[in-house]
Amino acid sequence: MKYAKLFIHFFHFVRGSLRVVTRGDAAYFSWMALLGVIIAIGAYAYGNQMMNGLVTTNMRDQVSWGFYIGNFAFLVGIAAAAVVLVVPAYVYDWGPIRDVVLIGELLSVAAIIMCMLFVTVDVGRPEFLWHLMPIVGTPNFPHSLLTWDILVLNIYFLINWFVVTHILFMAFTGRHYNTKLVLPIIFLSIPFAIGIHTVTAFLFMSVPSRAFWHTAILAPRFIAGAFCSGPALILLIFMVLRRVGKMPISSVAIQKVGELLAYAMAANLFLVGSEAFIDFYAETQHSIHAQFQWFGIHGQASIAVFTWTALVLNILAFFIFIMPVLRTNQVILAVGCVFSFCGVFIEKGMGLLLPGLTPDALGEVYSYLPSSNEVMVGAGIWAVGALLFTLMVKVAQAITTGELREEGSSA
Amino acid sequence: MGTSDEKKNGVSSQDEAQGKSSRRSFLKAAVTVGAGAVAGAPAVASAMDFDIEAFFQKNFRELSDDELSALLVRLERDYTEKYDKQVDVKATGPMDGVLFGYGLDISRCTGCRECVYACMEENNQSRDPDMQWIRVLEFERDAVTRGINLEDGNPYYEHETVPAEDKVYIPISCQHCEDSPCSKVCPTGATWQEPDGIVVIDYDWCIGCRYCMAACPYGARHFNWLEPNLPAEDVNPDMHVIGNKPRKRGVVEKCTFCIQRTREGRYPACLEACPVGARKFGNLLDPDSEIRYVMKHKRTFVLKSELGTKPKFFYFYG
Repeated sequence: MKYAKLFIHFFHFVRGSLRVVTRGDAAYFSWMALLGVIIAIGAYAYGNQMMNGLVTTNMRDQVSWGFYIGNFAFLVGIAAAAVVLVVPAYVYDWGPIRDVVLIGELLSVAAIIMCMLFVTVDVGRPEFLWHLMPIVGTPNFPHSLLTWDILVLNIYFLINWFVVTHILFMAFTGRHYNTKLVLPIIFLSIPFAIGIHTVTAFLFMSVPSRAFWHTAILAPRFIAGAFCSGPALILLIFMVLRRVGKMPISSVAIQKVGELLAYAMAANLFLVGSEAFIDFYAETQHSIHAQFQWFGIHGQASIAVFTWTALVLNILAFFIFIMPVLRTNQVILAVGCVFSFCGVFIEKGMGLLLPGLTPDALGEVYSYLPSSNEVMVGAGIWAVGALLFTLMVKVAQAITTGELREEGSSA
Repeated sequence: MGTSDEKKNGVSSQDEAQGKSSRRSFLKAAVTVGAGAVAGAPAVASAMDFDIEAFFQKNFRELSDDELSALLVRLERDYTEKYDKQVDVKATGPMDGVLFGYGLDISRCTGCRECVYACMEENNQSRDPDMQWIRVLEFERDAVTRGINLEDGNPYYEHETVPAEDKVYIPISCQHCEDSPCSKVCPTGATWQEPDGIVVIDYDWCIGCRYCMAACPYGARHFNWLEPNLPAEDVNPDMHVIGNKPRKRGVVEKCTFCIQRTREGRYPACLEACPVGARKFGNLLDPDSEIRYVMKHKRTFVLKSELGTKPKFFYFYG
């Protein structure tokens, strides 16, 4: 009987949520329509890829991973970064941030879905992905780091999905969430957040054939980068929500996250510098990848342009975050967040991946840039993520402001 | 032929009677499992030209004797129909006490690429776009004297005659590493090392994630970025199920030491095609084999030994 009742409550929750997301102002529907158009373009491009094969991308045997896997690595970082907010909110019980933790967790749910989509579009035969699963397939666990990555990403996804659903559902029925249940799971999510990004870095670090990736500094670089891009994105979302939404987000919380970004960016730049130092102080055969990354080789320097752009953006973002006079200005802070997000996106999406594969294992330089079809598929996935996130935030907002409540519930 | 793996021993398409009956039961099982809930699913599937049997095919290493026989019968039927010629698909197992090794004499190689083309003909690679498992790099003789740095190599050389003046050639294909990084990283266990040392791929199990290509230090693995183009007249009908069986789009492929030949005691196609005898092949466990002679009397080395992959492909200066 207890479960039947729970089921009815949950049905009301779903019905109420659907009612919330199907109502909104013109701006809301314009935004959704825009995302819908981008998703349609992405779906069309993916259809093209399914019809003709991955030849529609610019990846080839020389550079066998590109834009898709770069986005995947970057988005794992976004997903992991929710922990930046979770730690102070729950461990130090710091009020101002706790109000916004929910947004961070919703973001990681959306980001992991995007991660999975990016992996799916990258494989040659997605219809056989079940070969990876236990029982029906033959996962090469524990040898293959890819099986580890799939495992931790799924667990992390379930943790975050459960926590946000539980908190919102309880609020919907007029009750406070079960602290005894939620707190241990949230504590568990902290090592898993670090874990998903570490395992993703290990995926690359574990192949000695690519000297550029085979460095112990890669995992710390991934984490540092994630702590620059993730909170930057969350801050931008807060700023938007404060304008268009009704969610109470305090300026104290925003300032605190901004300050945190300064430390993360300092660590990120330090690691980039350390990496460059070993390759350029004592040049070995393996330094060729760093040369490609920073200056290009054989006149192929398109990646070098990206590398320097990312460096400049990251340095500017660092100064904006570290100087209170700049940070406290909302507009400048927003600009810093855009710089930080874009800088890390370039640095990690392209900067960590492509020089690892260029020159290739036999020394050939194939200068890769994504094809338009690849970019369209990628944009479609980002739009899917943005759409899901918007829907989830809309429901969360309606519940936290008390607009959406189960009829007959207290409060 | 002796074998350490009883299961795969001598299984061939000749096991018709057994094959057919088990094939039928397997088909039934697959249909029941895969589409049981949907009435009339087989009709829908056939209308969509979707092969349920092929879709639910198990990992090669998990096939029972019966399932393997059924698979060979099905593949033979399909290929014979598709290419309009009698195709023989086998699953010859490894021989006892055999570990294959390859030797390549860098002083003899002239860079003629005969091996590259013989390999394509033997192993049913795609034509136009060409799929090539052997890549021949051309180096300046001066550069090689200071050690082999693959960045100095050029795979795209074109000359009227070879060898060109003051050039050295190094053909590179799968090195069949003892500690193969590719099979270690494969998330689905679709590639592995056989008891005779050949690193093989189950083309039907590969999902095309290309992690193995990132892990391979020798650029030996190639992906089918588009539908392979294999004209019927170019098909080599002597096929091995984890060897030169035609591949599909979206999977990885590479050299198998011509498993369909070498497991029957023949030389790989590249060796037979080499006009200058630069290629040697044999059983590393047999002290009287050619490859052991090379290792004993020549100065052999392996590529990228610092990576610890332990290749079974030895280069030497004859």
